Amino acid sequence: MKTAELQAIYVMWIRQMKKFVRSKSRIVVTIVQPLFFLFILGAGFSSISMPGLGENVEFIHFFAPGIVAMSILFSSMFAGISVLWDKQFGFLQEVLVAPVSRISIIIGRTLGGATTALIQGFIILFIAIGIGTPISGVTGFILTIIFMILISFSAVGFGLILASKMQDFQSFPIIMNLIIMPLLFLSSAFFPVSENETLLTIAYFNPLFYMVDGLRGSMLGIDNSVIQNPLLSLGIVSTICIVMLLIGSYLFSKSEA
Amino acid sequence: MKLKKPLLYYNKHIDRFINKIRITKNKYSGEKNLDIIKITNLTKKFDKITAVEKVSFVVKKGEVFGFLGPNGAGKTTTIKMLTTLLNPTEGTATIAGYDIIKQRNQVRKNIGIVFQEPAIDTDLTGEENLEYHARMYGMNKDERKKRIEEILDLVDLQEKRKVLVKNYSGGMKRRLEIARGLMHYPTVLFLDEPTLGLDAQTRRAIWEYIKKMNKEGQTTIFLTTHYMDEADYLCDRVGIIDHGKILILDDISNLKNSVGRDVITLACDDLNKLRNKLEEKNWISKIKQHETTLTLGVEKGDEKIPIIIEIAQKINVKIKSISVRKPTLDDVFLSYTGRTIRDDEQKNNLGNSMPPRSRGGHH
Repeated sequence: MKTAELQAIYVMWIRQMKKFVRSKSRIVVTIVQPLFFLFILGAGFSSISMPGLGENVEFIHFFAPGIVAMSILFSSMFAGISVLWDKQFGFLQEVLVAPVSRISIIIGRTLGGATTALIQGFIILFIAIGIGTPISGVTGFILTIIFMILISFSAVGFGLILASKMQDFQSFPIIMNLIIMPLLFLSSAFFPVSENETLLTIAYFNPLFYMVDGLRGSMLGIDNSVIQNPLLSLGIVSTICIVMLLIGSYLFSKSEA
Repeated sequence: MKLKKPLLYYNKHIDRFINKIRITKNKYSGEKNLDIIKITNLTKKFDKITAVEKVSFVVKKGEVFGFLGPNGAGKTTTIKMLTTLLNPTEGTATIAGYDIIKQRNQVRKNIGIVFQEPAIDTDLTGEENLEYHARMYGMNKDERKKRIEEILDLVDLQEKRKVLVKNYSGGMKRRLEIARGLMHYPTVLFLDEPTLGLDAQTRRAIWEYIKKMNKEGQTTIFLTTHYMDEADYLCDRVGIIDHGKILILDDISNLKNSVGRDVITLACDDLNKLRNKLEEKNWISKIKQHETTLTLGVEKGDEKIPIIIEIAQKINVKIKSISVRKPTLDDVFLSYTGRTIRDDEQKNNLGNSMPPRSRGGHH
């Protein structure tokens, strides 16, 4: 690959890192919000006996992978959608007239978005481990990281798709509330779906379900996931990830500034 | 704002900078090509609206070319096509010999652009914006470092280099953008309304940069503007575009002469009567009637004033006022489009001042 292309990837990446580090409020919000969920909801539900949690599993430990997935999903998606900011503030034009391929720009943006999201994801993960969430072992931990990366890239891809279809940010809250939140509720992030036949059937059509379930299986041990074959979840999530990235990059490369 | 310094101060910087460019220039400028931009039948249609229609012309190497027209005439669309941001519906163009459709990357390497709307990342510092730009244009570390110093000196932003761009004033942002456009030694620099929304002093300073850049750095400059004084001051040749079509394209002096060596503007109580009479005179090269005035293109205007007054008296027309002046680009614009660019602006302003609700339904 030519140096200019590598430079473009680096520029798109470092730019997002710098902006991320500089926006203190964004860091606080994106880390504090999932912690609120984890501790407040976690504390509230821990006193209720919930079927489907598995033996000797406390609710907050069941909940932890769900919150890790949620925080990665939200910040990656936002990173993808932030292309829209560049479009509105004109910076996208500057990038698009540079003598580099759009693929490099997409790679750089995706890496940048994924890196910032994963930093947040890891902070939540370590806090969760800190409060006693068990980790099933070395293989489990490695699988956890792989799932986190896949979730992140899929969500950046989804964000890119939204960004190339949206004209402004007005439709963003609608998409969040009418599409992402229901999918998240049905993903077993907040409560087990395995006890209810209808919910479980719907969950099988929900891409987020495979992500959350796979992440939980890797973290807490395979007994805690609905799909008992980690390779199957991994395969499905990888496929989702590739499809999202391909569509996202295709649409981005077609967009005119 | 740090622009209170006299222009000489900038000129000193510019001179130093230009000398550096002159040395490094050959490395970047490519082959000698007299027609640096060659546009053939360039057309862009959006749904049913034709924004640019069969535009053809050439821009010569080293000149400052001005693309004039009222808002919405097709200037920015043309620039976007030339800079590979939009695909033409029909026709094509070459820049420095490279086709804007088939050789995008070569074209992109040869051009610098200052967009109409700000296109800088305001969450980064001025220096970071320049640094990242240089990286994407494949400049190595030493080149980057050297060039950033030069260019920050040129636009007098050394002291603000580590400041986030969101804390810059409008003029400082514009200077940074011009600096960025020049970072990679472009053969052609596109400036889309470079002084839009700037105060008079900053405009002057930016004009000086542009002029010097062109004269001694030999960068070809393609600028769009709807300020006639800007075009008059900066450009060698101008093209006037309206409703997506080129109306006229020539040297500024030729265009002005085409209106007449001198322009006489007069107001009287019976415009039609006087006009009919004056049309018989062959020493008047052009007559235009406006709402309350007549403009006449003539030679040696001051000698013609008494003659005109005499003619008017003979047919009992009372002249209220009469004046003679050298033609400006405004006159040229008026004579080719039938209206002044200010008329258009007034119309636009009226449109904009309408309550937003009554303008709904566009989107």
